[in-house]
Amino acid sequence: MNWLLEPLRYEFMQQAIIIGLLVMVPAAVVSCLLVLRGWSLMGDAVAHAVLPGIIVAYIIGIPMVIGAFIAGMLCAAATGYFTEHSRLKEDTVMGVVFSGMFALGIVLFTFVHTNLHLDQVLFGNILGVSWNDIIQTGAITLFVLAAFLIKRKDILVFAFDPQHAGVIGINTKHMQYALLALLSLVIVASIKAVGIILVIAVLIAPGAISFLLTDRFDRMLLVSVAVATGCALAGIFGSYYIDSAPAPTIVVLLTLVFIAAFLFAPKRGILRVKTAGSAN
Amino acid sequence: MTVPPSNTQEHGRNTAAQSGAGIGDTADDRMRVRKQQCAEGDCGIEASNLTVVYRNGNVALENVNFEIPTSTICALVGINGSGKSTLFKAIMGFVPVTVGQVDILGQPAGKVLARNTVAYVPQNEEVDWNFPVLVEDVVMMGRYGHMGLLRIPSKLDRLKVDHALARVGMSEYRKRQIGELSGGQKKRVFLARALAQEGKVILLDEPFTGVDVNSEDAIIELLRSLRDDGHVILVSTHNLGSVPQFCDQVILINRTVLDYGETEAVFTQTNLHRAFGGTLRFHVLTGHELHDDDDTRQVTVISDDERPVVLYGDDAESDENTSDKHDSP
Repeated sequence: MNWLLEPLRYEFMQQAIIIGLLVMVPAAVVSCLLVLRGWSLMGDAVAHAVLPGIIVAYIIGIPMVIGAFIAGMLCAAATGYFTEHSRLKEDTVMGVVFSGMFALGIVLFTFVHTNLHLDQVLFGNILGVSWNDIIQTGAITLFVLAAFLIKRKDILVFAFDPQHAGVIGINTKHMQYALLALLSLVIVASIKAVGIILVIAVLIAPGAISFLLTDRFDRMLLVSVAVATGCALAGIFGSYYIDSAPAPTIVVLLTLVFIAAFLFAPKRGILRVKTAGSAN
Repeated sequence: MTVPPSNTQEHGRNTAAQSGAGIGDTADDRMRVRKQQCAEGDCGIEASNLTVVYRNGNVALENVNFEIPTSTICALVGINGSGKSTLFKAIMGFVPVTVGQVDILGQPAGKVLARNTVAYVPQNEEVDWNFPVLVEDVVMMGRYGHMGLLRIPSKLDRLKVDHALARVGMSEYRKRQIGELSGGQKKRVFLARALAQEGKVILLDEPFTGVDVNSEDAIIELLRSLRDDGHVILVSTHNLGSVPQFCDQVILINRTVLDYGETEAVFTQTNLHRAFGGTLRFHVLTGHELHDDDDTRQVTVISDDERPVVLYGDDAESDENTSDKHDSP
C-alpha cells in the first residue's frame, strides 16, 4: 500500500495524475471518432499546426489556449479549402499545410526571447503543471465530453454513413467543422501534459485498441476511456519508479496494450483467428 | 418522443396515393393513373431542366427532365460516369444545382430532407463493414430523423425497427456485427433502415451488386410491396435483366435523359444501344442458329457484367428474361 501511496505525497504527482486523467478521457473519446472516420492524419496535422498559434498568442499576450485553437482550426479549414479547390488528395494537402505551419512556428520561435521552452511545447511537462492549468484543462474536458456525449448518436451516423446523415437532415458540413473544433480543443488541452509530438499517440491508440475489442460504438467509447485512463495511471506511477518521463511511458504502455489487443482480442486477434481457423 | 407533425401529413398523402394506385389493375390503367397523378401535382420526383456543373468545370448533368409519379419503381440505367450518382446526389440535395431544379413530392429537393422524405440505400462498396455497429443499430439509424435532440429511441421507434427487420427477414441476425453478413443480407439491412425511416422516396444504388439470386428475388419482392404502399423507388442498376421484371418505368441517362417512360416503351434494343453504345456485350442468335425452319426471328442477349437482358422476336421486343445470372469476370 505504501508503495502505491508514496508518490501521492508529492503535489506534483497529484497534479500529474489529475491532469493525466483530465486529458486522457476526452482524448480517448475523440480517438474513437478519428479511428472510425479515418482522421488519424488530421489529428497529427492539427497537433503540429497549433505551434505557431501558441507562439503568436504569447507574442501578442493572449492565452495560449486561444492561439492554439485558432491555429488548429485554421489548419483544418485550409486543408478543406485546398482539397476542394485543387485536384490533390486530402492527405497530400494536409501534409503540406501542417508541416508548413509547424515550420512557421519554429521559425517564429527564434524571434521570441522568453521563458517559453520549445521542448516543453513539443514533449509536454506533466510534472510541471499548475492548478491553474488543471482548471483550464478541466473546463475544456468537460465541454468536449458534454458535446460529444450529447451528440454521440449524430456523430455515430455521420461517421458511419454521411449520406444517410445528410438525408435525415443533419448538416454534415457543420458537423465536420464542429468535430474538428472538438479535436482542436482536445489537442490544445493535451499539450501541457503530453506535448505536440506525443498527443497523436493518445489521440489514436485508445480508439485503435477498443476498435479491435468491441462491436458497438458505445462500448468502444467505454473501452477506449478505460484503456486510456488505465495506461495514464500506470504510466505516471511507473515513471515515478523507473525515473522516466511520464508522457512517453504512457505512450509505450498504450502501444503494448495495442499489441496485446492485436494478438489476443477475443474475436479479431490474430492468434484467436488462427486457432479458430485450425479448429475448423 | 412523438412523431413530428410533418410526418402525419406524409402519412395522409401515402394513403391517398395507395387508393389512387389501386384503381387500375392492368399496366395501361396504372400508366393512366400515374400520368394523372403527376398532372395533379402528386409527383414523386420531378426534374426540370436540371443541370449540374462541378467546380472543376465537369458537366455531370445537362438539361435533365423527367417525372416519376408516386407508387412507381423506376430504373435508372446508364454507363459508368453517365451521371447516375450525381442525379442521386441532386435528389438528396448534396450537390449545388447549377440550373433547373429537382422537386420531391412537389417541394424543392434540399428542403424536404429534414422531414425524412428521402431514404437512401448505399452501394455495398460505400459502406465500412468493419464499423462497430450491429444490424439493429443500423436499422435504428433510420429512426434518428424522427427522434429528438438526444436521439433517444421511443417504444414506437423500437417497434418500427422490429417490424422493418421482420419484413426483410433479418430479425434473427439483429445482434450480428454488420460485417458478419452475406452480400444479400447486408443489402437487406439497409433496406430495413429505409423501411424504418418511412421515407416516401427510396433511392437504391446498385442494389444487386454482390447479391445472390435468392436475395435478389427477395429484394425485388420487397420493392414491389413498397411500390404498392405508395412509395417512389428509384433504382440505379447494371442488372439489365431484372429491369423488365420489376420496374414500371425506366430513365436512360447519359449526362442527359436519352429517354424515359414506361418500361415496355423505353427499354428497347435501339434505346439500349443509344445508352450504352459499344460498352455492352451484344450476342445475337439469328435464323438458322435458332430455328430449323426459315423463321427470321432472333434472340438478342445484352449484358453489362450482370444478368443479361434477353430480347426475342423480329423487332426484338423486351421479354421476361429466362437466362441465369452469369458471373462478372
